Amino acid sequence: MTGTFNTVIQLIYLAAASCFVLGLHLMNNPATARRGNQVSVAGMVAAVLATGVLVIHLGVIDTTGWIVIGAGILVGGGLGLQAARKVRMTAMPQLVSIFNAVGGGAAALVAIRDFMSIGSGVAASVSVPTVLDVIIGSVTFSGSIIAAGKLQGMITSAPVTIPGARILNLLLALVAVGGGVYVIVSPSMIGLGVVIAASLVFGVSMVMPIGGADMPVVISLLNAFTGTAVAMAGFVINNTALIIAGALVGASGGILTKLMADAMNRSIANIMLGGFGSGDAPVAVEGAGGAGVQSIAADDAAIQLAYAAKVIIVPGYGLAAAQAQHEVAALADLLESRGVDVSYAIHPVAGRMPGHMNVLLAEANVPYPLLKEMDEVNPEFARTDVALVIGANDVTNPAARRPGTAISGMPILDVDAAKSIIVIKRSMGHGYAGIDNELYTNPKTSMFFADAKKGLAELTASVKTLVA
Amino acid sequence: MLLTDFIIFVLSLWVGFEVISKVPATLHTPLMSAANSIHGIVLAGAVVIAATAHNVIGYILAFVAVAFAAMNVVGGYVVTGRMLKMFKRRVAAPVAPAVGPSPNGSSTTSSATIGKAAS
Repeated sequence: MTGTFNTVIQLIYLAAASCFVLGLHLMNNPATARRGNQVSVAGMVAAVLATGVLVIHLGVIDTTGWIVIGAGILVGGGLGLQAARKVRMTAMPQLVSIFNAVGGGAAALVAIRDFMSIGSGVAASVSVPTVLDVIIGSVTFSGSIIAAGKLQGMITSAPVTIPGARILNLLLALVAVGGGVYVIVSPSMIGLGVVIAASLVFGVSMVMPIGGADMPVVISLLNAFTGTAVAMAGFVINNTALIIAGALVGASGGILTKLMADAMNRSIANIMLGGFGSGDAPVAVEGAGGAGVQSIAADDAAIQLAYAAKVIIVPGYGLAAAQAQHEVAALADLLESRGVDVSYAIHPVAGRMPGHMNVLLAEANVPYPLLKEMDEVNPEFARTDVALVIGANDVTNPAARRPGTAISGMPILDVDAAKSIIVIKRSMGHGYAGIDNELYTNPKTSMFFADAKKGLAELTASVKTLVA
Repeated sequence: MLLTDFIIFVLSLWVGFEVISKVPATLHTPLMSAANSIHGIVLAGAVVIAATAHNVIGYILAFVAVAFAAMNVVGGYVVTGRMLKMFKRRVAAPVAPAVGPSPNGSSTTSSATIGKAAS
């Protein structure tokens, strides 16, 4: 009887895991992605219900236990629902970070509680994943909260470095790992407490020195950590659904981390140790102008755009910071209605998390087939009459093709191949890398000095007068 | 037992790499958010520790774990759904194959793109 029961539960877990894989697979196309999410939800509901039935069957749970579960689901679920409904798309990276934090935290708590109930005499097959879960989960918890704080602007997004930070990090890592080994050899609550404390502080000191522009990598990495922590929790309580789901998320986070780091041409180690990933908004200290820079008025820019056959819009984080997604979509719609072929060139790190810019433009009702990835769009620039650059800087800088600059080797959008380039920018200020953008002094480039939102509204108005 | 679990873990990692490397960059944010909701499965683990808790500390830890995991799973799925709803092929235009999935066309090109970037 019990054997059959366990088999059924295990088969439900297998079905749930299959739903997760299928759900992720359906995300390979925007047309099927929603169904993928629904399949994933179905798997989740099945797995959680099966666990509930399992718990009843084991007969160990008391009334207080049920109250704890009910209250936890109500409070946590309610908070999650509120946050998910209200969050603005620009704040998506913060929300994802918070979900990473609570996921990692929950995984760590599962291991901590399990360790407490078993106490001394734990087999290595349990104590090793327990310690790993506690370390990874705790680092993810505190690290993700700091990342969310930085993204929200509650903590400065500039790299915060204290003297000897690297030595401190090294010490904390040694304490966490050394303490972990000690706990595995001779299990004790005090030892585990030391591991937890060191891991939590390490999470903070790991993320603090990382700058705003490097956030896509950090979020992806913390996502991978959370997945791994959940998989470890699966080892601890011997639950295959947790192991499979955790591994899937770990793989996803790992892939995104690699893609983001490659898109910045930096190693993950380099980013984690803190580098040029500096502050948030580029400080606009220099005035308009500069050698060899030609500026353009709204009317002239509008004429170029209105009479072009093909226009590629290059949005960067500055566009999102100025909340100008709807303005750019309005201009694109107007141009399309005049028969101009309009598309968007999206650099992988345009935004604060992988794919962030696509979501922001989708929210402004830009159809997704117009959103082009870097490798797909680069050959198209040569056939483009006007490239309109808004709030993107370093990712358009041709200096990346030469060795010896701060961004050398970084994959860039080949904006300079277009017949004509219009850059909307408030001033000649630098991007995150802190170097001059050679695109701006290109003879084909005209600078339209304006705030992204106002500038785009002006352009739209000017194009409209041309039509009338 | 541990070995079986480990085999499952490693094979799942490979499945994850295979499946996820085919997701186009356009969907990377919803992908991460969906992956986020999937690790909300830790709710099942939280339920198990709530079941075995029989003292105050146990109840408190279990409550926090359940609340954290529930926030993760509910919020993650809702926000992923909200984002994916915004991805439209054409806004209010009667394009013929608007609904039909075209897994051959776009997904093969994007997987090639991503494969290149990842290698």
